[in-house]
Amino acid sequence: MSSRLHITKTPKCYVGGAFIRSESGRVAELRNAKGGFFANIPQCTRKDLRNAVEAAAKAGPGWAKRSAFNRGQILYRLAEMMEARGVELAESITLSGVSKAEASREVAAAIERVVHYAGWTDKYEQVLGSVNPVASAHFNFTVTEPMGIIGILAADDAPVLGLLSLILPAITSGNSVVALASTTQPYPSIQLGEMLATSDLPGGVVNLLTGQRSELIPTFATHEHLRALSGVANAEDRKTLKLGAAESVKRVRLLKAEEPIDWFADKMQGAEEIRALIEFKTTWHPVGA
Amino acid sequence: MPAAAKKAPARPKPTRELVFGDLWEFDPAPETADPKLKKRYDLFINGSFVAPKKGRYFATINPANETKIADIALADAADVDAACKAAQMAFTGVWGKMPGKERGKYLYRIARLLQDHAREFAIAETLDGGKPIKESRDFDIPMAAAHFFYHAGWADKLEFLAPGRQLAPHGVVGQVIPWNFPLLMLAWKIAPALAAGNCVVLKPAETTSITALKFGEICQEAGLPNGVVNIVSGASETGAAVINHPLTTKVAFTGSTEVGKIIMRSLAGTDKKMTMELGGKAANIVFDDAPLDQAVEGIVNGIFFNQGHVCCAGSRLLVQESIADEVLAKLRCRIAVLRVGDPMDKNTDLGAINSREQLIKITELVQSGVKEGAEMHQSACRLPTKGFFFKPTLFSGVSMSHRIAREEIFGPVLSILTFRTLEEAVEKANNTAYGLSAGVWTDKGSRILKMSTLLKAGVVWANTYNKFDPTSPFGGFKESGFGREGGKQGLLDYLKVA
Repeated sequence: MSSRLHITKTPKCYVGGAFIRSESGRVAELRNAKGGFFANIPQCTRKDLRNAVEAAAKAGPGWAKRSAFNRGQILYRLAEMMEARGVELAESITLSGVSKAEASREVAAAIERVVHYAGWTDKYEQVLGSVNPVASAHFNFTVTEPMGIIGILAADDAPVLGLLSLILPAITSGNSVVALASTTQPYPSIQLGEMLATSDLPGGVVNLLTGQRSELIPTFATHEHLRALSGVANAEDRKTLKLGAAESVKRVRLLKAEEPIDWFADKMQGAEEIRALIEFKTTWHPVGA
Repeated sequence: MPAAAKKAPARPKPTRELVFGDLWEFDPAPETADPKLKKRYDLFINGSFVAPKKGRYFATINPANETKIADIALADAADVDAACKAAQMAFTGVWGKMPGKERGKYLYRIARLLQDHAREFAIAETLDGGKPIKESRDFDIPMAAAHFFYHAGWADKLEFLAPGRQLAPHGVVGQVIPWNFPLLMLAWKIAPALAAGNCVVLKPAETTSITALKFGEICQEAGLPNGVVNIVSGASETGAAVINHPLTTKVAFTGSTEVGKIIMRSLAGTDKKMTMELGGKAANIVFDDAPLDQAVEGIVNGIFFNQGHVCCAGSRLLVQESIADEVLAKLRCRIAVLRVGDPMDKNTDLGAINSREQLIKITELVQSGVKEGAEMHQSACRLPTKGFFFKPTLFSGVSMSHRIAREEIFGPVLSILTFRTLEEAVEKANNTAYGLSAGVWTDKGSRILKMSTLLKAGVVWANTYNKFDPTSPFGGFKESGFGREGGKQGLLDYLKVA
């Protein structure tokens, strides 16, 4: 056993249902907690981000049209994939030096979160939508619609739970996402991509990039096909993102990187998280013969 | 048998028109009740009317005859600061602590008092803004009261808005509203804000401050605690001061997309919450199976209601090609009999354009339509010699690239385009940066629902247009803004969710 040479994995980003390297060919060395070389992580560029948005645009309408039941089945399948490879996922978290127990706790919470949202796909509409008792002879109802493509900026910590807590409410309602994983702990997102790829989620619905936040934030801010931005950012980046968002009246929902975030908390999940990334559409349908 | 093999029976020819010439002209029917106006309006801050610190006033005119109605206080940053501090005091001292049940009772009082004063508010609105008295009397004022009634009942039931979550008011809300529905937009803003437990500083539009300041009198009559509602009149600098004031932690704006973007940029470095209700370029889509006479009335209401000064106006008519000529003929007949003129006359359909500035903008866009090759059809009506008026205008032969098909005109100007298939209609309707509203005219219920699903718009009216209700959330997709007004969805935008 010990004589066999170990096969190392080349980390690749999950974009458009395929595993890609950055178009630039750039990589950054990732070292393990002891300082040893672990792998080369793709350093995605603005061009990679634009390609990912294109992939999301292709996949988005089909995903939005899936039945709520089907979306729930697929999310539950993702939980199954994660459960099966949970140990591996936890190991990838320990690269940063956190304990095995801590990493396992994060993975367990992440899987619970996936199951939580799998259950929401066919329920949030009943909680957030409404039939409105207007004074005229109309059947007036408000339904939700996904916004489209959501740009997601993950926190540096909680590389699995934090990232998923931002992605799940977006895709539960039929959005597609382009997410930038933790810059300091990118490897778990590489593994997550592999689990997404085997979860029946159509390629392109979730696109995961790795790289430097500072390089990609201006493009996240101004790309007009991103209809909303969700994530964690420091004060300076929040300002950049909001300034860019103003150009196309993009929706922005950002948590503060300078404040501690308890990703494990119950309030980090649920209908209100879904509400932040949907549009409400109200229809006035005539009542009469 | 394939349905296509059977040719639809030809439509009956349009009924003959009765031409009266000028045999039976309408007698004037002026509204004459007293609007109880003051010569001078001060700022409403902390429960009292106070002069602006710098003592500056500007004139507000009647756009129907260009005569001055009153002097309006011009609030500067110091006045806005006083208003925001009064609101903050009221929030921490009284309103934020008051049980919802009690807040609700104040809102009920306000609703009732608006009804009591409905006639004078309607007249004041028409004098100051130029809209026909029948609209301010039958729509603006009753609907404003209805918004207070609706939200009054929510004040003690907020926990049902987001089950399982902690809700809290923002504190002081800064609100800036437009001139097209002055009191109604005030009600859309203030009623939910107060029901949620916030205090407000509101800036009315420069050309239409009177009913907002008269609303201050209603607040006094209702015994509303001082500082809960503050009204600061002025121009865009006043609005900027409200929006940028450190105490306004939530900002609600209704107005143009251009100004909305300026506000978003100016608040980019802050944590302020925003809702934006911005412009629109709505498609009103008529299929060949629609009840045409009803549709024509809906098209007319969609674009000529309030002189077309409506963010959700049905300004792009998309008609199925097979009925385009018939619809245009009917529309031309219909606009010929629209009565344009004195807004105070109860028979008037189209009143005055709100301001000279707006009239210039409409005129310029209409000229671009002619220049770009669309065919213009205007009513032959005579316009009053004084005041700002514009003839009801149709453009046929419009293409998607024309400015009149892309830019918000905010006037009585309808651009008519055609389509052949449902898919083409959807493609054209959605081909805009806006996404506020849309109309669909068809006899088929299933097609209504399909269209409603496909149209990228926050409000879809089927076989009707420009309908509003306090229970019905209103607001846009895309560059028409974010957040909703009305319904439980709109109210939640005035609360922090923890």
